Amino acid sequence: MDIHEYQAKAILADFGMPIARGGIAYSPEQAAYRAKELGGEKWVVKAQVHSGARGKAGGIKVCATENEVLEAANELLGRRLVTNQTGPQGKLVGRLYIEEATAIEREIYLAFVLDRSSERVMCVASASGGMDIEEIAESQPDSIVRVPIEPAVGLQDFQAREIAFALGMDTGQLPEAVKALRACYRAFRDLDATMVEINPLVVTADGRIIALDAKMGFDDNALFRRPQISELRDKSQEDVREMNAADRGLSYVGLDGNIGCIINGAGLAMATMDMIKHVGGEPANFLDIGGGASPERVAKAFNLVLSDEGVDAILVNIFAGINRCDWVAEGVIQAMQKLDVAVPVVVRLSGTNVEQGRQILADSDINLITADTLVEAAEKVVAAAKFYRSASAEAEGSQA
Amino acid sequence: MSIFLDEKTPVIVQGYTGRIGTFHAQEMIDYGTNVVGGVTPGKGGEKHLDRPVFNTVKDAVRDTGAEASVVFVPPPFAADAIMEAADAGIRFCVCVTDGIPAQDMMRVKRYMRRYKREERMTLTGPNCAGTISPGKAMMGIMPGHIYMQGNVGLIGRSGTLGYEAASQMKAMGIGISTGVGIGGDPINGSAFRDHLERFEQDPETHLVVMIGEIGGPQEAEAAAYVRDYMQKPVLAYIAGLTAPKGRTMGHAGAIVTSAGESAAEKVEILREAGVGIIVRPSEFGQAVAEALARL
Repeated sequence: MDIHEYQAKAILADFGMPIARGGIAYSPEQAAYRAKELGGEKWVVKAQVHSGARGKAGGIKVCATENEVLEAANELLGRRLVTNQTGPQGKLVGRLYIEEATAIEREIYLAFVLDRSSERVMCVASASGGMDIEEIAESQPDSIVRVPIEPAVGLQDFQAREIAFALGMDTGQLPEAVKALRACYRAFRDLDATMVEINPLVVTADGRIIALDAKMGFDDNALFRRPQISELRDKSQEDVREMNAADRGLSYVGLDGNIGCIINGAGLAMATMDMIKHVGGEPANFLDIGGGASPERVAKAFNLVLSDEGVDAILVNIFAGINRCDWVAEGVIQAMQKLDVAVPVVVRLSGTNVEQGRQILADSDINLITADTLVEAAEKVVAAAKFYRSASAEAEGSQA
Repeated sequence: MSIFLDEKTPVIVQGYTGRIGTFHAQEMIDYGTNVVGGVTPGKGGEKHLDRPVFNTVKDAVRDTGAEASVVFVPPPFAADAIMEAADAGIRFCVCVTDGIPAQDMMRVKRYMRRYKREERMTLTGPNCAGTISPGKAMMGIMPGHIYMQGNVGLIGRSGTLGYEAASQMKAMGIGISTGVGIGGDPINGSAFRDHLERFEQDPETHLVVMIGEIGGPQEAEAAAYVRDYMQKPVLAYIAGLTAPKGRTMGHAGAIVTSAGESAAEKVEILREAGVGIIVRPSEFGQAVAEALARL
């Protein structure tokens, strides 16, 4: 789960990370009031969306008067901000963070991530901040410092000092830098984060250290014990279909293709999508309905896939392990009887009681296409999608 | 021979008396697994499925001589159950539980390092379908009847895709020595590499099939191991060609976050290490048959 910049900053500040003063605003008037409240002569109005690269996308504006703050807020609120990470549909700006402007001397990259190779939390830092880590890895790979943290004892002061020196901090800045690093690590550990990224961490003109931006991601599997993090969820930042799926125990990822997929098991789902690609099609989604494949789940899955208007055909691929194909076949038929499915549906069943399952599909009066093997299923669904698309294009043409 | 598990291996079930534990324990018993009892704290002394229930894993090991354990404990308590098994002297543990926090697994891995390598429990999973030595025994949730006994070692991150591979092989008359599910989480108890080593030493296994997917460094580590140490042929399929970067594809661990983690990159790394690539997921049976014919 991701949270907003202002939420991450509040968390990190609680753990001892220095941040600039700021406040949240939901309306232009409130934004101007925040600026007045903060005082000073310069403010930064920052769109709160779950994405990086907001600056380049015009989501961050520096303002010199309260009126400019009002205007910037007016322009940003309610707009969908499109960054290189959001996809073309962008993300809705519903909140702004108004922050006092900081005089920057230099920018540093600092992150804590879950490193799958060492199976530890790893601190990744670079004295060249302000760009994303991939750009740094490309242009200045030698500037990147990586320090793995021993889970039994946590980040040690000597490690924090090593990182701070590698980042070019001077002796006077050391205590503050060590405190900032410890704050990030403790927030990561205590709140089951998967990522803390401060980009940039800045050294100010007067020598202080401040987190100018902050990003945190959390382990979904640990949310049961982090209710204070679950509360920070902002559903407006999530894809509606993916959110609906997740709330119903299905795992869905929308893609750009036209072949809807309903599959049990994540690995089989990815493999089936690969198969569609191999025979010249493009999957419209990843959808894992889990091991059970009960009629209710199959029905939910059909609803979800059909809510994507780009879908021209659906492939159902179920491997019945513990459950049985005859039961899955009944489920598919029940779901299709209840729903109005206009697009062609290809069903491939395998595993336990596969013969009975296929017989049930063959005997039903529901209009569906069956396939025995993975390759046959993929070829049939790609052909069916092509046919459906050209037929509907023709129908539209004759109406015109 | 098979690795980890045969019809004699004494197995206990942690989370034995729960609904899921009960169902799968019965399936395991029906398949021929030597289930000698189970553990549910607070129910020690009772009988369940005609076998004794113990309060602790240590009690179970002392009274039954259990060597292997399968964990069906819910996510908040599963890491604790794994560490209990490691401390009680269990040799091989399958954790089926899906949804364990990543930092819990980090602590489990750290905890297990307190035992000397030769005394350390082998953990597979979490979030895996289990391990099966077809015709002998199984620990986990897989449908036993889709596997045929034979000479191919199978290691996979995904449950149902492993079933697909096993049933394609069975349809062509090809059997499996042992099938090991290593699970779909970001931090696994053991990796491809650990099991390649065991299959290399197992005289009954003639060839190994790896089923990998996007995300994580495991496939690349396995590639280096194959290149440097394996005599037996290894084939691999990597799922997730169409997966976009930065999105979690069902499994918590199936996410591309850094270079080398996409399906195309992993395929290239494996190919360069001399691993035979299964290009299409419909070709497991065919590819294995051809590779066996070349032996």
